[in-house]
Amino acid sequence: MSNGRKSERLVALALLGLLLFNYPLLSLFSSEGRVLGVPVLYAYLFAAWTTVIALIALIVRRS
Amino acid sequence: MLEPAFVLVASFAYLGLLFAIAHWGDRRAAAGRSVIARPSVYALSLAVYATSWTFYGSVGRAASTGVGFLPIYLGPTLMAALWWVVLRKIIRISKANRITSIADFVASRYGKSTLLGGLVAVIAVVGIVPYIALQLKAISNSFSLLLQHPDVASPLREPTSLLTDKALYVALVLAAFTILFGTRKLDATERHEGMVAAIAFESLVKLVAFVAVGCFVTFGLFGGFGDVFDRAAALPEAERLFTLGGPDAGYGSWLWLTLLSMLAIVLLPRQFQVAVVENVDERHLDKAMWLFPLYLLAINVFVLPIALGGLVRFEGAGVDADFFVLAMPIAEGQDALALLVFLGGLSAATGMVIVEAIALSTMVSNDLVMPALLRARVTRVTEGRNLRGLVLGIRRGTIIALLLLGYAYFRIAGETLALVAIGLMSFAAVAQFAPAILGGIFWRGGTRNGALTGLAGGFAVWAYTLLLPSFARSGWLPESFLEQGPLGIESLRPEHLFGLEGMDGISHGMFWSMLVNVGSYVGVSLFSRQSAAEHSQAALFVDAFREPRASASFWRGSASVADLRALLARFGDERRAAEALAGYEEGLGRASGDRADAKLVHHVERLLAGSIGAASARVMIASVVDEEPLGIDEVMDILDETSQVIAYSRELEGKSRELEAATTELRAANARLQELDRLKDDFVSTVTHELRTPLTSMRAFAEILLDNPELPAGERERFLRIVIDEIERLSRLINQVLDLSKIESGRAEWTMAEVDLKEVIEESAVATAQLFAERGAELTVRAPDGVPPVAADRDRVKQVVLNLLSNAAKFCAAERGVVAVELSVSGGQARVDVRDNGPGLGADDQRVIFEKFRQRGEAMIDRPQGTGLGLPISRQIVAHLGGELWVSSEPGRGATFSFTLPLVRAGDPVSVDSGGS
Repeated sequence: MSNGRKSERLVALALLGLLLFNYPLLSLFSSEGRVLGVPVLYAYLFAAWTTVIALIALIVRRS
Repeated sequence: MLEPAFVLVASFAYLGLLFAIAHWGDRRAAAGRSVIARPSVYALSLAVYATSWTFYGSVGRAASTGVGFLPIYLGPTLMAALWWVVLRKIIRISKANRITSIADFVASRYGKSTLLGGLVAVIAVVGIVPYIALQLKAISNSFSLLLQHPDVASPLREPTSLLTDKALYVALVLAAFTILFGTRKLDATERHEGMVAAIAFESLVKLVAFVAVGCFVTFGLFGGFGDVFDRAAALPEAERLFTLGGPDAGYGSWLWLTLLSMLAIVLLPRQFQVAVVENVDERHLDKAMWLFPLYLLAINVFVLPIALGGLVRFEGAGVDADFFVLAMPIAEGQDALALLVFLGGLSAATGMVIVEAIALSTMVSNDLVMPALLRARVTRVTEGRNLRGLVLGIRRGTIIALLLLGYAYFRIAGETLALVAIGLMSFAAVAQFAPAILGGIFWRGGTRNGALTGLAGGFAVWAYTLLLPSFARSGWLPESFLEQGPLGIESLRPEHLFGLEGMDGISHGMFWSMLVNVGSYVGVSLFSRQSAAEHSQAALFVDAFREPRASASFWRGSASVADLRALLARFGDERRAAEALAGYEEGLGRASGDRADAKLVHHVERLLAGSIGAASARVMIASVVDEEPLGIDEVMDILDETSQVIAYSRELEGKSRELEAATTELRAANARLQELDRLKDDFVSTVTHELRTPLTSMRAFAEILLDNPELPAGERERFLRIVIDEIERLSRLINQVLDLSKIESGRAEWTMAEVDLKEVIEESAVATAQLFAERGAELTVRAPDGVPPVAADRDRVKQVVLNLLSNAAKFCAAERGVVAVELSVSGGQARVDVRDNGPGLGADDQRVIFEKFRQRGEAMIDRPQGTGLGLPISRQIVAHLGGELWVSSEPGRGATFSFTLPLVRAGDPVSVDSGGS
């Protein structure tokens, strides 16, 4: 994969992350419920965070 | 176990261990077996980002806002994804130009401007001082907490005198430690391998300590995550903590914090130091890009359980949430764990202070003090003595001053603010570098003046909206400054500038400072001109990933090698200066002689820049070099060469497109030529065939006559008549072929004159009367009087009419044949129609009869009734005279051949030319 392609993918991922970590998507999870005992908001944030890190690793590895 | 003496000994033992690691790292580096040349160590050293703000402060913020602490770690994760684009470029530029600090970077980008470098250094120092205060506060408070165990209520801070204040001693110890770490030698590369190794180790310690206490709280005190959250749900503030959108944790400030921390992770002086200056290999970025965010994730997993667990455990006990991390193990009597946590916090704080102080001291000495000394022409600077000691002295002094400043801020404002609030203020200060740096590496047009006004404006607004309010809160400024605005001017209230409501302090300060900063940077850049030096540096930075340009070509002048060597020696020693020059000559493959060329001067300047910064190096070099300043025009010329090459290549592209078009045309022409060639062959073979038919017939009759002398006279005459007919046919054919070729090749002679068509038609009718009579056909002519003459060759027109009439005679109905000729005028043209009542022509025949040797019906097979050249010749003649010849017909209903010729216009003399057209 060329440097250009890698850059494009990473920039796209950063934009996706900015979207996932902010209003309005974030507000969808700002509720009283629990997932496996963990408040929905906490669960969502940590899950999304882990996903973004995994995707960075994936993009870097594939280049 | 937690006796003061023991804690002190443990602390110093830990610092001693760090020092041993650093020493080991330096030894390994000197031996060429670097311990930090691996991506995982690089990622760990980047984790210097997690200071005691993270270690203690995150829990404090989580206890009041729930997930409100997270944007500070989500931002760097997003930025990590962008490192490949942003940080890699900064690293590439810094390595190429031996840049050793942010101030250096900015100064270098905008034409090695001393003023700009100094401004950046000032902003960095003022901005970072609160952050250093934060670390001092964390260390001294955690120490106090440890000493008053098992009581964990936050100690009331009695006013202490300077001499008994623990924080002061902490500051002094840290200063000494930093000096030992970072300023033992003056290295041209300004890299500190040992320090990086120690920082990476500290990152491990703080992670282990935090995860340990997290596990202890979550699984020891509570029954796992679910249990912590269940019990916390019973708290009165639970709903607020579990969700977002309260007044303190709105989505707006969430977004601002994310952006702020995205900038901070690149622009904080300590991050720049470890990520850029200490970077061994830019390929390490690849792994750090996901390993570093993973570190942040790991150290944050237990923040919420500890915060909520603390709230449950210490409900109403008056424990400062900022120190829950330490208070939990103390309250539970876990002394060993408490000590580990204290050392983890100490790691977080010392790591930050060491790297930050080294980075800032480099900045202050290279971009603030040295340029000032050089400018003031202090004798011992400008004269030839060794300056290593001076530079090191400046740096050491700076480190001590920094820590004392931090301590002063801590005394003034530190007690009234939470850890996070102090840290965010520093983040906002360094974020002011963003336009100048990020703009500088991606936008060629940014100018020195733009960067200067942007930075100064942004910094001023930052100080007004964030720094001054922190002083006001601590009572250092009157409270009314915040409530009513300065001098009671309501619209200038620092936290509600121009009456802006609905934003928290950080978002508000960031908004206004960035508005002013970005606005001035872009605005002034667009309306100011770059100097020659700025122009060349801008190109160097923005095009960092292109093929290296010979940057020495931007310089012209002369210097002696001896002078340069002496200059180098003043910042190192004779031996190393000689080595550096020898290394250069080796790379060049030749000795450089007495006079230094531009390349060597540039090389020396880069070496110097590593020690004293780009701006100072510029000044030093200028002192030994007779420099001919390069005008902006000349720099433009050099840059223009590149654009000329580009222009040439564009031109070439255009040429090749033209060639392609020409090739296509040629190919088409060639195809047409081949077609014509084929037609010519066809023509020749047809003509030959046509010639052979009469010849064969003549020969046959001649042989009969020769072989049979006793043939009756009547027979003989008949045969001779046939032979003569065939000879006539043959000569007619030959004449017509010649005629056609003459017309086609344009060699025919034309005698142009005014021709009366009526006359021509009547003459032709008379000439063919015999033919019609033989066929028993009737010919009628309708030619009105007064038809204007046409411009034509009379004989040729007659030839056409005769041809059409004889054709009509041949093809009209065998019995009761009728042929009508009509002359008319329409649209400036005379028109002649010759209509017969013969069998007519099908669509195919209509097309082919104008081709050579094609006739009506099965031409060439039947007994030919003509030469097959009459119509093609007629059409050529009419076309040459500017008219048209065509046929309209339907099978069984006769055919009409028509032609037109242009009338002579009044006053338009008929050109009587001859020869081809």
